[in-house]
Amino acid sequence: MDLIWNGIVEALRLLFGGDGSIYEIAWRSLWISGLALMIAVAVGVPLGAAVALNEFGGRRVLVAATNTGMAAPPVVVGLLVSLFLTRNGPLGELRWLYTPWAMVIAQVVIALPIVMGLSLAALQQIDVGMRQQIAALGAGRLQGFALLLREIKVALLAAVMAAFGGVISEVGAVMMVGGNIRGQTQVLTTAIVQETRIGRWAVAIALSIILMILAFGANFAMTVVQQQGRRRA
Amino acid sequence: MLPARHPCAWVSRLGLALVAVACIGLLALLPLLAACGSGGAVKRDELIVATTTSLKDSGLIDDVVLPLFAKTAPDVTVKVLAVGSGEAMAMGASGEADVLFVHSPTDEAAFMAAGDGTLRLPVATNHFVIVGPGGDPAGVKRATSAAGAFAAIAARATMFVTRGDESGTNKKELKIWDTAGVQPSGAWYVSTGQGMGETLRIAGEKQGYTLTDLATFLSLKDTLDLAPLFTGSKDLVNVYSVIIVNQDKFPTVNAAAAEQMAQVLVSSAGQKAIGAYGVDQYGKQLFAPFAGALGSEEYATP
Repeated sequence: MDLIWNGIVEALRLLFGGDGSIYEIAWRSLWISGLALMIAVAVGVPLGAAVALNEFGGRRVLVAATNTGMAAPPVVVGLLVSLFLTRNGPLGELRWLYTPWAMVIAQVVIALPIVMGLSLAALQQIDVGMRQQIAALGAGRLQGFALLLREIKVALLAAVMAAFGGVISEVGAVMMVGGNIRGQTQVLTTAIVQETRIGRWAVAIALSIILMILAFGANFAMTVVQQQGRRRA
Repeated sequence: MLPARHPCAWVSRLGLALVAVACIGLLALLPLLAACGSGGAVKRDELIVATTTSLKDSGLIDDVVLPLFAKTAPDVTVKVLAVGSGEAMAMGASGEADVLFVHSPTDEAAFMAAGDGTLRLPVATNHFVIVGPGGDPAGVKRATSAAGAFAAIAARATMFVTRGDESGTNKKELKIWDTAGVQPSGAWYVSTGQGMGETLRIAGEKQGYTLTDLATFLSLKDTLDLAPLFTGSKDLVNVYSVIIVNQDKFPTVNAAAAEQMAQVLVSSAGQKAIGAYGVDQYGKQLFAPFAGALGSEEYATP
């Protein structure tokens, strides 16, 4: 019990003692996952909509592949991204392995199917009558799309939250493609693994507290947006 | 206009537009990323160091080696990957790393013989330590050699926790079993497949014996329920070497920076810093400069 208690006390001291390196790691976690999430949303929502609103050959296979991607084990993603980015691999010239960019790519690959799959499912639930109505009212294409998105706002934000939770807390892929290099690619999750391994419990606890606060903060902000106008409705 | 068509007609055009938007979004983001990536200073001049975990976890690399290296070659971005000696040499043998810090003499010799490295220099030594429950049920303390200690553990089938990960420490352990004439197997021989830190922790929780490098054990010992029981014998000498990966074989290797790194380690300033590391924190030398181990049997015989 002492171990846990002292760990927490020491962790709080570290958190408020202004140890710059802890916040540097937290900031790196946040921007890498934030950027990956933005890319995943920018690409995943239109793609999900395209699949949801159209009929074409191989559609079912694509939907099944997306749903499988939602459950892709991060270590497998890490391995794949490593294979492509390794020095002697197809994209080795970029020299991106063991940089934050490799981590962003891995997290995009993890987040994209989640965003795409969940927005696809949400859009499909809108009944055809409503779509016809939007069209009949003479809405332009983009206008119509915007209306549909507004219609699925709650589900869409749930998708974004699920994707963010998936990438910020993920450790296997970022460890493999980032390498947990101090000052370069160390993020909260990989730092927690290392600090635990070398027995620095307090630092590990402090980092865990930051990670949970970040996750809560981001989810809280998105939940506020998601639930807006609920009372009026 | 609209009513004339099928009510969902606009949707398929919308679909095309959406795919286009997605593609444009992806295309727009790639150069942005590339710009940011190359903007991060000298991407070409990077040095990938693959190291045994003990040197990294002990802090020696981050606190001592990197600051010294930064003075010599400030423009080189160093990436230190703590992977264990086995994986480090595998990375070297495929040209994925430029310089290796390893401690597995037999494998190192094979690595050099295969032409994968151009230079191998010993840089530091210490001793492996046999640790276990304070009560020492197998009587390891009475042994006169590591092989004798292992034989005592096997004779009583007391739990022994092995890393089982092809690391330098794991290789050393297997060599000692071999010398002891024991084929370790059975319920008492537990393999973790993980690093030294995790393995020590598991040995502590299960109250088993294990073989560890000194640095990792000292940094963890306050949080472990394990006692150092046997060390210092000739068959527990631990030699860390630096290896420069062969650029002729793997053109992507940054041999120039790798040589600078090796020079830093064997320089008198580097050797002095290695010898002094950890004395303040543990009241004990973690690594001896290699000068102290010249002519060591372990290093001479591959």
